[in-house]
Amino acid sequence: MGLLSKKDAALIKDPLADNNPITIQVLGICSALAITAQLKASIVMTISVIFVLGVGNVVISLIRNIIPSKIRIIVQLTVVAALVIIVDQVLKAFSYQLSKELGAFIGLIITNCIIMGRFEAFALGNGPWKSFLDGVGNALGYGIILIIVGFFRELLGSGTLLGFKVLGDPIAKTGLYAFGYENNGFMLLAPMALIVVGVLIWVQRSRNKALIEDH
Amino acid sequence: MGLKSKLHQFKEKNRDKKWLPAFSAIHTFLFLPNETTHGGTHIKVADDLKRTMNTVIMAMLPCLIFGMFNAGYQHHLALGEIQAVTQGFFSPEFWTMDNFMVGFWKILPLVIVSYGVGLGIEFIFAIIKGHEVEEGYLVTGMLVPLIVPIDIPLWMLAVAVVFGVVIGKEVFGGTGMNILNPALTIRAFLFFAYPTWMSGDKVWVHGAKERANQIATGENLDAISGETILGSLAQNSKEMVDSATDIWNAFYGFIPGSVGETSAILILLGGLFLIFTKIGSWRIMLSSVLGAIAMGLIFNGVVDTGIVGESSKFYGLMSTTWWHHLLIGGFAFGIVFMATDPVTASQTNKGKWIYGFLVGFISIMIRVFNPAYPEGVMLAILLMNVFAPTIDHYVVRGNVKKRMKRLKVKTA
Repeated sequence: MGLLSKKDAALIKDPLADNNPITIQVLGICSALAITAQLKASIVMTISVIFVLGVGNVVISLIRNIIPSKIRIIVQLTVVAALVIIVDQVLKAFSYQLSKELGAFIGLIITNCIIMGRFEAFALGNGPWKSFLDGVGNALGYGIILIIVGFFRELLGSGTLLGFKVLGDPIAKTGLYAFGYENNGFMLLAPMALIVVGVLIWVQRSRNKALIEDH
Repeated sequence: MGLKSKLHQFKEKNRDKKWLPAFSAIHTFLFLPNETTHGGTHIKVADDLKRTMNTVIMAMLPCLIFGMFNAGYQHHLALGEIQAVTQGFFSPEFWTMDNFMVGFWKILPLVIVSYGVGLGIEFIFAIIKGHEVEEGYLVTGMLVPLIVPIDIPLWMLAVAVVFGVVIGKEVFGGTGMNILNPALTIRAFLFFAYPTWMSGDKVWVHGAKERANQIATGENLDAISGETILGSLAQNSKEMVDSATDIWNAFYGFIPGSVGETSAILILLGGLFLIFTKIGSWRIMLSSVLGAIAMGLIFNGVVDTGIVGESSKFYGLMSTTWWHHLLIGGFAFGIVFMATDPVTASQTNKGKWIYGFLVGFISIMIRVFNPAYPEGVMLAILLMNVFAPTIDHYVVRGNVKKRMKRLKVKTA
């Protein structure tokens, strides 16, 4: 790693696996359940969160020494809200259809616990460069789970990926459907997202026993 | 040296092999293991888990055999090849070999897939975890073919069984640790994943869906449809259930429905058998019936006041008399064989009353208010499975409180 020192690289890499915000810290679950029925929505959500968290962390880190600690939550909220509005407006301007599909969930990035969590836990105590890496790392960790869940839900639920019919045409009965295969409607419902996330947690912890919490 | 001691020797020799649990599972089906407990208390009882499970299976067998006859009967009746039954439960039109064979060849694959896939997973998990194979699937495996529509594709059943056993049971730690009834988890999975195969008027009679496709392509223009009574009531069409013979048919089970859940009389016999052998809880069965009656009476009362007119979409099911609710749909089967599952039901006696009552009450409520989910009993049992530990918790807490009070009075 020429570009990043070992410590900096860990800021990016840790949240991807052993300190993943969704599967390990169990944060940001709501949006993981709500918007992962389609891969495209998952990807857009990931990009939005990378932007909000990356930039937000830098902003908070830059002003960390002048924020009075008593009102820091309000200040953080203002920063997130501003960034989310930017994302929302950009989406509305360039991809209105998608922005309609994602509905309130872009706006609800404000309430995504990962964001406030990283502001509080990291950006308030570290420099801008490190905060940027941490923000991007955590958003990627969040996004990778979203994309995995979105991949399985769209593939098994609708037989498509990013809107392309990869399993054949269910109405004309081509591809897999010719053999009697049918789409799994349960995959499109939110409970199945919870179960897919649960299975990911299971797989991850059985591969790395150190992650298993004992109570 | 006899076979028995040879098998024991074989077991001794392979003590550290990974596949040993699989061997002993089959071994103990026929022979007593020769291990004895060392130290601690010794309790010898005849009804181990395997025997408990087998008793429940025995209670369900009449339903299974009846289901085979009924599958053929509904199929032939829908094709117009035979006359409807006229002479009560022992009508000769029903108990024909022809009827039986149609059902037999449709239902046997369901049973084989259910057991094959489910027990396969149990064996794999036992070998991975290194413990004995658990018997919990024996009952589930028999329940599953009884609660699905007859024409369900086998691969769907297999997928659902994998889901139900792994997600519904093994992730919680296997038999005895599951929160939800695995058989109902399997059915709920099918219901939400493949709704076109699980509800409507084209799935309950063998061949109905095929016919519908033929009509669409113009090959054959005679549709056969087999709406369940519950389904037609949910759509406000009452003509099907007005005559008294239909009510007797519902009681005997000569109606379309899931494979083994139509015959109220055989389910009743199975339930009595379970109560007699002390395997099923009579408290749960009785209180479920009471709960359903209470809800049914409330709905009947509301209809009597005239608030809900005939134009209301709830009228069909709301005006169904309370005792009729007990006969139609999977209600009887659900409360006898699935609400009484000792693992997922409440454990305390008072808890069983509350649990059962709410199962019955909510079943009828879902049935009436949500025409999209006509089979309320499945969702009601699953819901109450989730609440069962909470009910137990408060029952036990209440008991502790009562005793503490008594203690205080004494010390004071």
